[in-house]
Amino acid sequence: MIPPIAHLFARHLIKGAYTEAAPEPSAEGLAELADEFAAEARGRLGRSLAIREVDAGSCNACELELHAVNNPVHDLERFGIKFVASPRHADVLLVTGPVTHNMAEALRRTWDATPAPKWVVALGDCGRDGGCFAGSYAVVGGVSAVLPVDLHIPGCPPAPRDILAGLLALLRHVGG
Amino acid sequence: MLGKVTLMDFLSMGREVPGHKPWPRFQLDLPGWRAFEDRLAAADWVLMAEWAEPNEVHALFRDDENETLAVVSHSCVNQRFVGLAKRRPAAIRLERAIHDLYGLAPQGLADQRAWLDHGRWAVKHPLGSPRAYDGGPYPYAFRTAEGEGLHQIPVGPVHAGIIEPGHFRFHAQGETVVRLEERLGYVHKGVEGLMQGKPIADAARIVGRVSGDSTVAYALAFARAVEAALGIEAPPRAVWLRALMAEMERVANHLGDIGAICNDAAFAIMLSHLSVLRERVLSANAACFGHRLLMDRVVPGGVAVDLGEGCRNDLHKVLHTLRKDFRRAMVLYEETPSLLDRTTGTGIVTAALAHRFGAGGYVGRASSRAYDSRKFPGYAPYDDLDFDIPVRAEGDVHSRILIRAEEVTQSLNLIDQILARLPAGPIAVPLPLRAGEGVAVAESFRGEVVMWLRLSEAGKVVRCHPHDPSWFQWPLLEAAIEGNIVADFPIINKSFNCSYSGHDL
Repeated sequence: MIPPIAHLFARHLIKGAYTEAAPEPSAEGLAELADEFAAEARGRLGRSLAIREVDAGSCNACELELHAVNNPVHDLERFGIKFVASPRHADVLLVTGPVTHNMAEALRRTWDATPAPKWVVALGDCGRDGGCFAGSYAVVGGVSAVLPVDLHIPGCPPAPRDILAGLLALLRHVGG
Repeated sequence: MLGKVTLMDFLSMGREVPGHKPWPRFQLDLPGWRAFEDRLAAADWVLMAEWAEPNEVHALFRDDENETLAVVSHSCVNQRFVGLAKRRPAAIRLERAIHDLYGLAPQGLADQRAWLDHGRWAVKHPLGSPRAYDGGPYPYAFRTAEGEGLHQIPVGPVHAGIIEPGHFRFHAQGETVVRLEERLGYVHKGVEGLMQGKPIADAARIVGRVSGDSTVAYALAFARAVEAALGIEAPPRAVWLRALMAEMERVANHLGDIGAICNDAAFAIMLSHLSVLRERVLSANAACFGHRLLMDRVVPGGVAVDLGEGCRNDLHKVLHTLRKDFRRAMVLYEETPSLLDRTTGTGIVTAALAHRFGAGGYVGRASSRAYDSRKFPGYAPYDDLDFDIPVRAEGDVHSRILIRAEEVTQSLNLIDQILARLPAGPIAVPLPLRAGEGVAVAESFRGEVVMWLRLSEAGKVVRCHPHDPSWFQWPLLEAAIEGNIVADFPIINKSFNCSYSGHDL
């Protein structure tokens, strides 16, 4: 009997990869990054980025789309960008959600544990200014209320292609 | 009292609040509430949600034998109320949260630790009588386990994967977990407070972001509660389109999660394969309705976008191939012994516990609890559609996967029926300006979402409480992991996939 996994592999071989063509780096992202240009860090990382994701209060929709960025259709890793398990291995903190008071210290500590040079990306409309949760007693605000933010990727939640375009802009900026 | 007393019989001794729809709400005075709490020891009425207002507690109960639902309310005396947690342990965390937010003290609650309030807000009891606080974070005394060779493993709130924040405190002996205790509340955003006084449309936007993965179910529960309070009904086409979106959401979530569970057993190809299928569903959502996760598509009064005729045909084609590819993936799952070895017998939830905590969704249905709010209390158009609720008895990770897989098949069948019979007509009706109270239940992929609200004559939300199914599932995770190895926690946790954001509010 042919094992079912062989069926899957054969199908992939015949039909080719699911991966879509890459988007262009986001123009808005490049413009925002140029303002906060860190010359000494440029080129130090080559064309590779390690990202630590921190949910600082998100509704989990941004997390769903971050998972989608890793799926075979969008395949983030083909660009040398990958998500890592510890901030100590990371170049970038990718932060989602309005930052809640209950998460602010954990977020700051994660940043402290990330070695320099490091960048912060705020993902989603909540990450920009707290979104529809701004003004609550439990919410500090956008990510920039707690950490210095280098790049915003807007959207509610941003679609995987928008996330890709934003991260490609960061990669171009960092890689020189 | 001798003999069987129904929920309605019992509550009729209270005062029925006029204008509460579609199920009645009864106010009980102190002796009445005490008697009710006492009665819960003998009666098997199911607690579906418990919430509060500045001086009142409410609980939604279901009487399965007589197929009735009712809200029970009690005005607190001196900011105190007799807690229900002794009779319904699922209420423990709900009542701790009520105390944190409203300052109402549950009497008889053994666990007096703060739950959502970590001592990091500038106020105490923000939704009751707020008072300033700057005393710094509270210490939290985790329950311990004592014995030779025991050690603690603290995990979180920031975890290793792309997941939401929460703290898990393990007590382990070697590899074996002796006790797990959760600490949640990290993503508390103050949703109830934010919704107060908001126009219905603004509140709908917030409610769609209580738990992003269940945005359709939340929006649906909210819309139905608003419509109940206003005494209107969404037009038939909108009702069917809502069900279509709800089933698309269910399919997408189950696909992603089955893959992710297998990935946590290091079988990555299932995740790759199923996330491609999930992506097809989300792309179809974007093409047909303009949003991948369908946020803000279900609105009070109807739906925000119509389904074009071309989209209807495309959807048919997408789902046809999806069904074949999904079956292929499940054959791979079922015929990979090394994977089954990780999921079978792992993380067992006993039927007794599932019933005791009233756990819904696949967590309940994998442990013999055959309950689905699409069947009972039921809502349109499901009463007109043909589908089954899968139930299993083993209660392990494997059966939760199989329940989800069967639900994917059922949902695809439902979508076929909906696409074939979608009625024509308008997709929304305007909302009248009217005061009222409404409650609604909608079945998310995770279980039943309960929504209760009160509207003012000015068309504003006076109070709204969204209840996530995770409230009754999180505690069972602590039981499911006991006696399993630490390395199996991710796979067990993923098989539950409780919502942090929905729970923390």
